[in-house]
Amino acid sequence: MTSMKTRTFAETSLGEQLPELSIPITVTLINGGAIATRDYFPGHHDVEAARELGSPHIFMNILTTTALVQRFIEGWAGPLASFGDIRIKLGVPNYPGDSMTFSGEVTERDEATRSLTITLKGRNSMGNHAAGTVSLVLPA
Amino acid sequence: MAEQELVDKIQAMVGREYGRVYAWDRVNAPMIRQWCEIMGIENPLYTDPEFARAQGHADVVAPPGMLQVWGMGGLDQENFPEGSSKENNFEVLKVIEPYGYPAVVAVNSDLHFDRQVIAGERLYFSSKLDSISEEKTTPLGTGFFVTVLMTYFSQGENGAVDEEVGRQLFRVFKFRPAQRPEAAKPADKQAEAPKAKRPLPGKSDDTRFFWDGCEAGKLLIQRCTDCQTLRHPPAPVCIKCHSFEWDTLEASGKASLYSFVVMHYPEVPPFDYPNPIGLIELDEGVRLIAGLVGVEPEQLEIGQRLQVEFHRFDDRQTLPQFRPVG
Repeated sequence: MTSMKTRTFAETSLGEQLPELSIPITVTLINGGAIATRDYFPGHHDVEAARELGSPHIFMNILTTTALVQRFIEGWAGPLASFGDIRIKLGVPNYPGDSMTFSGEVTERDEATRSLTITLKGRNSMGNHAAGTVSLVLPA
Repeated sequence: MAEQELVDKIQAMVGREYGRVYAWDRVNAPMIRQWCEIMGIENPLYTDPEFARAQGHADVVAPPGMLQVWGMGGLDQENFPEGSSKENNFEVLKVIEPYGYPAVVAVNSDLHFDRQVIAGERLYFSSKLDSISEEKTTPLGTGFFVTVLMTYFSQGENGAVDEEVGRQLFRVFKFRPAQRPEAAKPADKQAEAPKAKRPLPGKSDDTRFFWDGCEAGKLLIQRCTDCQTLRHPPAPVCIKCHSFEWDTLEASGKASLYSFVVMHYPEVPPFDYPNPIGLIELDEGVRLIAGLVGVEPEQLEIGQRLQVEFHRFDDRQTLPQFRPVG
């Protein structure tokens, strides 16, 4: 993986669409993501506890969503992109059996600081799970 | 409506600051690697010390999306290392809960990074209760949005000063669920993601004729049989002569756009977004609210001509929609 290339600022353009990334939502991802983010809230790993909360199944925690947003952006930008902000707003939950597809667009681009803002959405079968913006600086 | 006593109690807490909470573990390669593994992130900056050193770092870099992870309590969400503040930065949730708001869900996380964090650093954070919304009703239920700001620091080693490494706005919704949980399903049945359906209207003896008309593909408007005044939405009494006597008129479905809104956020399933909604003036003279179809939101114009059509949704209800014509 060390051969991964980082996108240069010059290789980007305003309005550019990022390649979509589709992620299967599984019990394993929700469980594993919750524990890897040290989030032991029962609704993220215990289906009975989730049902008591009025949820049909366990649901993804926001720290995992944040990580997947980073993955989506970094997969396009490359390993040495420097993140300034990750801002997300959650909508419908991510339940097992669904899949979430990220789409994004370069909505701000500043030559002087080589910084970009990407506006993104992560959509599942019920609607938008997450929407937000990421700002990052790319090498010259 | 929320009890005033509760509103007063929680609003008085806004602005309260909460002291340092230390991370259980120094920023470390094993936790980083395990996080990358489950998240599907493959970046040698986080997992390959040689690659990280070649970029000028002392050791592997912590993924930015992991910042909050270092400060998590773990299995006991309120158990933090020696020296941490005993006060919980989300203590207000415990004040709200006994008033009948048992559930909580995270809704916003805005992370800002001042600099990269490197394996070996010891982090702590402090917090401030930034705001609490009025009582709000969402598809999830009714409750309060609670916003806490956190600032993350790296502890200076060998007399060096502590340094801010990032900030976070974290917002949760503390609420009373909108519906009772369903009965537990058999554990061996793989749950499918539920498909949202359009909400059904509440029908009464006054309004049933309208919905039944839609099912029959007719746009029916209530008409006073004493003075012939049309009225919509349906009501038991004539708005002009106060007569209780009425029948219905089948409208032509020809109309013009009196006003409109375009819903962008929040995107509530199963609707498509942006979602244009019209206040529609029928040629017969009454107005109604309905979805607009066959038009891009930016092409909508006040006064444009519309024609009704009936769409069937979820195989259980038929609704009038309006499409621009000519």
